[in-house]
This record gives sequence, C-alpha cells and structure tokens, in this order.
Amino acid sequence: MQVSFKVRRFDPEAGKPPYYDQYTLDVPDYFTVLDALLQVRDEVDGSLALRCSCRSAICGSCAMHINGHAHLACKSRIQNFASKTGEIVVEPMGNMPVIKDLVVEMKPFWSKVQAVTPWLIPEGPPPQREYVVPNSAMLELAGVMNCIMCGCCVSDCTVLTVDKSFLAPAALAKAYRFVADPRDGVSEERLRELSKRSGIWDCTRCFECVQQCPKNVAPMERILALRAKAMEVGFTNNIGSRHSESIARSVKHSGWLDELRVPIESAGLFNIKALIGYIPVGFRALVKGKVPPIIHRPRPGADSVKRIFEKLEVRK
Amino acid sequence: MLQHDVLIIGAGLAGMRAAYEAKKKNVDVAIISKVHPVRSHSAAAQGGINAALGENDSWENHSFDTVKGSDYLGDQDAVETLCREAPADIIELENMGVAFNRREDGKLAQRPFGGAGFARTCFVSDITGQVILHVMYEQLLKMGVQVYEEWFCLSLIVENGVCCGVVAMDMLTGKLEAIRSKAVIMATGGLGRVYHPTTNGLICTGDGMSLAYRAGSPLMDMEFVQFHPTTLKTSGVLITEGARGEGGYLVNAKGERFMGRYAPQRMELAARDVVSRGEQTEIDEGRGVDECILLDLRHLGKELIMQKLGQIRELALDYADIDALKEPIPVRPGMHYQMGGVKTDAQGKAPLPGLFAAGECACVSVHGANRLGGNSLLETVVFGRRAGAGAADYVNDVPATAVSESAVAEEEKRIKSLFAREDRGETAAKLRLEMGTTMKANVGIFRTRENLAKAVDKIKELKERYKGVHIQHKGRVFNTNLLAAIELGFMLDLAEVISTGALARQESRGAHSRMDFPQRDDNNWLKHTLAFCTADGPRLEYRPVTITRWQPERRTY
Repeated sequence: MQVSFKVRRFDPEAGKPPYYDQYTLDVPDYFTVLDALLQVRDEVDGSLALRCSCRSAICGSCAMHINGHAHLACKSRIQNFASKTGEIVVEPMGNMPVIKDLVVEMKPFWSKVQAVTPWLIPEGPPPQREYVVPNSAMLELAGVMNCIMCGCCVSDCTVLTVDKSFLAPAALAKAYRFVADPRDGVSEERLRELSKRSGIWDCTRCFECVQQCPKNVAPMERILALRAKAMEVGFTNNIGSRHSESIARSVKHSGWLDELRVPIESAGLFNIKALIGYIPVGFRALVKGKVPPIIHRPRPGADSVKRIFEKLEVRK
Repeated sequence: MLQHDVLIIGAGLAGMRAAYEAKKKNVDVAIISKVHPVRSHSAAAQGGINAALGENDSWENHSFDTVKGSDYLGDQDAVETLCREAPADIIELENMGVAFNRREDGKLAQRPFGGAGFARTCFVSDITGQVILHVMYEQLLKMGVQVYEEWFCLSLIVENGVCCGVVAMDMLTGKLEAIRSKAVIMATGGLGRVYHPTTNGLICTGDGMSLAYRAGSPLMDMEFVQFHPTTLKTSGVLITEGARGEGGYLVNAKGERFMGRYAPQRMELAARDVVSRGEQTEIDEGRGVDECILLDLRHLGKELIMQKLGQIRELALDYADIDALKEPIPVRPGMHYQMGGVKTDAQGKAPLPGLFAAGECACVSVHGANRLGGNSLLETVVFGRRAGAGAADYVNDVPATAVSESAVAEEEKRIKSLFAREDRGETAAKLRLEMGTTMKANVGIFRTRENLAKAVDKIKELKERYKGVHIQHKGRVFNTNLLAAIELGFMLDLAEVISTGALARQESRGAHSRMDFPQRDDNNWLKHTLAFCTADGPRLEYRPVTITRWQPERRTY
C-alpha cells in the first residue's frame, strides 16, 4: 500500500526551527510505523534520528506521537493509522524536550521514577528461600510490571502539561507495584509520601494514560488503587481525600453534588489562603450565571441513594 | 580523563548483575551502554530461567540435561558451576522483587522446557526477562551505580598487552572520550543482526565480541548459532518456548504432530536444534504451510493462555493477525542466539589481561553446540555475578595503567575519514541486508561445504566493499547513520568468524548440521574452536573440551 509519512524534524546542529518532511513509501500491509521509518532511514534519509530496538513492544524505545497521540511505533500497524488520504503524521512524544527528530530527553522521566524509591524494601532480613506468597498477588504484580517504561502515558498526561512537578502516571504505577507487593515492608511510608503534593491526588482522571498505554498497565487505575489504600491507612488530611469524602457525603445526604460545599470542605474550613483563592473563580461563575443554588435541597429519591450508601458501607 | 576501577560495557542482565556484585565488593564501578539499561535485549527473554529447585530434581540432573543439550561440547566443569549455583541466584532474584509465578502453596512455580528432564523453569508469565531486567535496574538505582547511558563503545584500549579502558562516544553530543579502567567487563549480548531475519533487537550487533576480538582476545565456538523453533513469519518476532512448555503442539500441513518422527519421546520439548531441524525438514519436504509450521495452543484453553501466555497472544495478534485462542500460529525457525563468544574462564576472565566477559557475548562454555531454553537468563546472572566478583578481585591486585590520549585521537581520525568519504559509495544498510541474507541462506540450519565457502567469499567481498561505505549524515548529535556503519564493521568481522569456523568443522554437532558430514565425530571434533583476529581474517585453533563425569553418548530425545 502507498503511504505518506509527515515526519517532524529537528536538528539541533542545523540552527533552524523544527520542520516537517514528507516521505511517500510503498509498503506491505503488515508493516508497522517503525518498519516504515527504518525503511526511510535505510533507503531515503539516513539523517532521521529515532530510538528503537526490539520491534516487539518489549524494550520501550520507540514511543512517539503518531497522528497526535503517543504510541509505540513498533506496535502500530500502518493500516490502522493511515487516514483516508493515506497520510500518517509522526512527531516526537509530548511533555519531553526534543533532542533531535523523534529522540526526546527522558532524564526528567527517569528522575521521577527514581523519586518513588523504586526498589523493594522488605521488613527484616530475607528468608532462606523464596517468600511464600499467593500466586494471585504475583499475577497482580506481573500486570503492573508489564510496564516497559516507554513513556507513552507521560507523553500524553494532561496534568503534566500544566504542572511539571506531577510525578505522572509511569512513576505512580511503579510506586503501586511496591505498595501492592506483599513482600514490601514500607507500604505505609510509601503511601504517606505519595499522598503529598505532586502525588496521587494530582491526577485529574482524564483517562489519557489508560488509553495510550501499549501494555494495558492502566496507570490511572493504579493511581486510584493507591488513593484507596492511602485513605484506608488513614492518610486523609489532604485536599484530595477531603475532596472525595466531601463528594461522597454530599451525594449520600442529598442525592447530588453540593457544589458550594465541596470546594470549601476540600480545602479545609480554616484554610483561609485557599478559600480566598476561590473568590475569583466564584466571581467568574457569577458573571456567567453558573453559581450553584445557595440552599442545597435533596433531590427526589435521595433516600434511596442514602440506602445504597449504607448498604455498601455495611458490606465493607 | 574519566576513570573507574571496573567498567562494564552493556547494561543488560549480565552487565547489571556484574555491576551489582562489583559494587557490593566496594570497587568503583560504572556501566556504559548504547541504550538505557531497561531497553536492553534481556527484556525479550520470555519463557523463564532454570534452576533445580524441585524436591525430586537436582543440580546434577540439570547439568546432565545441559551437557546433553550442548551435544557434549559444553565444558562440564562450567556447566556444573552454572547448575549448582542456579538455585541460590534465583532465590536472590526473587528476594530482590522478581514476581515469579507461584504454585498453590505459594512457592515458586516451574514449567517444563525443551531438553529438560524436569519442570525446572521459573517464570513470570511470559515476560520473565523483562521483569528480571527491571528489577535488576531497581537494584542499580538502589546501589547508586553510575551508568553512561547512550554511550557507544568504539574500541578497547590495550597498553603493553593489558586491557585498560575504552574509547567511547557520548551519542547525544557525538563527543569521544577515553574511559580508563583497571578491568573491562564485556556484557554486550548477542549478534543476531548478523543474520536476516532474527529474533534479536536492532541493537544486537555483537559489538563486544568484535571489540574483544580486534583487541586480541579469541572468540570461541562461533559456528554454533541457535535457530529458535518458533518465530513469527513476517517479523521474525519470538514466540516463547513456554508455549510448548505449557503444552502447545507443532503440526504440519497435514495436521500431524510431526515431532514424533524426530524426537519420539520428548516431541515438541526436544532440544531447540532438534525441533528446528524437524520443522525445517517438514517445510523442505513440502509439508509446511506457506513456509511455516503451525503452533497450536487452542486445546490449552482461554484461561491458561491469558494468564501464562498473554503476551504471546498479543504478539501474534499485533504482528500476524492471528488470535491464538481461535487458530494456530504460523511459525518457523529463526536465528535466535549465539552459543559462542569471547572465551572466558569461570570467573569471566578472558585471555587478554584486564578483560572479562559475561552473558551471551561470552563463551564459558556452558551451552556448547546448543543452548537449552531457560539457560541463557541463568547464565547472565550466574556468570554476570562471577565476572563482577572476578573483576573486583582482580582490580585490587593491579595498579592503574597510564593511558595515552592518542587512543581518542585515533578513533576521531577514523570517524573523520568515514565522514570524508565520497557520497557516491554504498550505504551501510545495503551491505547489512546482503550480509544478513547471505548468512541466513548459507550458514543456516542445514549447511554444506559449498554454501559455507560461498558465504566466506561473500563476506570477504562485503568487507572490501565496506571500505567504501559512505555516511549520508555528517552531524554529531545522535547520528545513528554513523553508528550503524560502525556496527556493520563489527558484524562483518563476526560473520567471517562464524562462516569460517563452520566451514572448517567437518561434522554435525548441536546447531551445526553439515549435510556433507551428517554424523557427530568425537574422534576428530570433540573440541572447541578458537578464532584469533589477523589481518587476513580469522586464524583458527582448537582446544579440548573439559569432561568431568558424562562421557559423550548418542543424543536422542
């Protein structure tokens, strides 16, 4: 099949801004985007820089933007990406500085992985033999250890774009791997650290990382699991957990969200600085006529909602 | 000048395990790798890692299976070391955090693998290598081992017959640096890219083998190249032996489980050389399906496939449009592993003083003429550890050698002359493909004098043409065009050693099958091949095989 590749180029030595090159190739339909880019590099333009190795989605080298989203080039079959016009747009990953063409700087990525103390810290000396643990726990770990650190989730993380300090999905999924490991002895300390700013509560649950992860690690699900575990062991004195508790309380009692109360309860009643920070938001809402009702009345059927809550709480 | 006690080239499992051990012994150790450690090809090992942990199993059983698998070419003292130390090394990996699958009672589960008399392969579903690699990297972070990431090694520095450092390029700037070290450990992995196609990643270009060879250290048993029985047709991507270990069948076009003809007892779980020859014979005699054999997993059931072979199912879906739950996967033998490598002793020490090697790039030799599945990951941890310890002990006894700056200037000159070539020359990519297809066609599963001679001549011709290869891109930052040309130079050396050794060996043993010499010949050929680098190509010498307790017998499965 005939495919045209529009590839974003940047050569730091050329002293000119990034630009796009167009390559038109005739390729077999089993080809991946990586196969095509390698053909370009071998036969058309040897200057094209990209990272790649295994060709089978296990080394994590070839993550890049394909048609605007992060994918492994080696896992992306051309027939699934060529638009009606037969064009595929290839660009470097997002949220990372470009070094050259499709090669990005991954040092910030790795420093965040390092920030979650990414190694097992067992309690006491190791046993003489293997740790005796349930297979189900190991299979759960294998699921998250399927992560190949390719960076797709971080590339398309919408929080990271506005807050560079966010630990971001890959490092948080890595953290989950230790918290969920029955052999780890410091899960509580880990959860305390993760509950701080830039950690688990900064995720906005946009689902981008779940969508982009090529290995079904579902980082956001791991972040949510970390939140639940953190609250379970009592790390609730933070905006994130107060926010989720406030929402639950509101829905339980009135059947719907009390939009005036939730931000106040989340920030904390005595958090004057944060509350003052809400004033401009409130003002803008007022101008646009989007202020929620001052008196929050229960919805019809609120009693049924309450009963559902109570049943669930008993089951826990 | 940059300086360390021990410098390790390569950050796969062998390299990282060596670094971990050397660091534990309190020497100044650093790793240099052309890719980030977790991008290393150890990640691609799927099926598992062997150790005799079972109640009725023993390291002696494991040793015997390995010796028999090697077609009696493995050095039995080295094999015994490998198998005796395996259980402790695997327990250590588990204690570090590897999430090995468990049995009902919570202890390590083990699956059967080819050529093994017991189920002794520990595994993490079908991502064993990847998980071990990432856990080993965690340990490096914990220990604070320095890694020169994306640095490309250009040459070894040898002063007065002692290896004392390397010249390397920081790929992100293109700048060359000498790194002085009292000991260098080669852990650069395989050379799969000498062949086309191969299961190996694009980085597997045998750099370390060639660097050592050029520096005067001999390569051993390089004619023994493993063809894995189950690789995907179009892409050459690996389908784990675990698929057969869990009970998968190989069938031909007539629907027969044909392995009964070649290995009546072990069937699909014979040693890899036997299975690959069986498949190729079926294909050659017209009982293949579109140049392939079918790997049928359907009878294993959805639950087992999804839990233990999930990645395999995904690979077949992604790269062959085949759903293994519903239809058999077309597979064929594909180049997979180099049994030979830099000759070392059991401490990883090469004949060149100051040089050590471990993992696929080394030859201790434990795999002999054919490696058993699950023994390569094992080799990386056992001999990675031993090389790390060996190098750490060695550096405590030797003074640092002065290194002259001329080594860098020489490499700089070589690169400048590559850039200065006329733009009319051939590209490295073109030559690489010719080399790969030549090796596949003539130095493959079945070999003849005629084909091997053809390969030797063709490689010589390619080496001549290589002198005129031109580099299209002249920039210094991340110039993969330049690096690919340098890698091709490494690979041509190795292709020459492999084909020359194969032409010389007039017998069939393990993965080396000569149609013109179909029998194993213990009287004349129960010996290792050593290849030394000379200006006229490899000079071959031979060394006896160490036999401790298992005399060569007829090998059947």
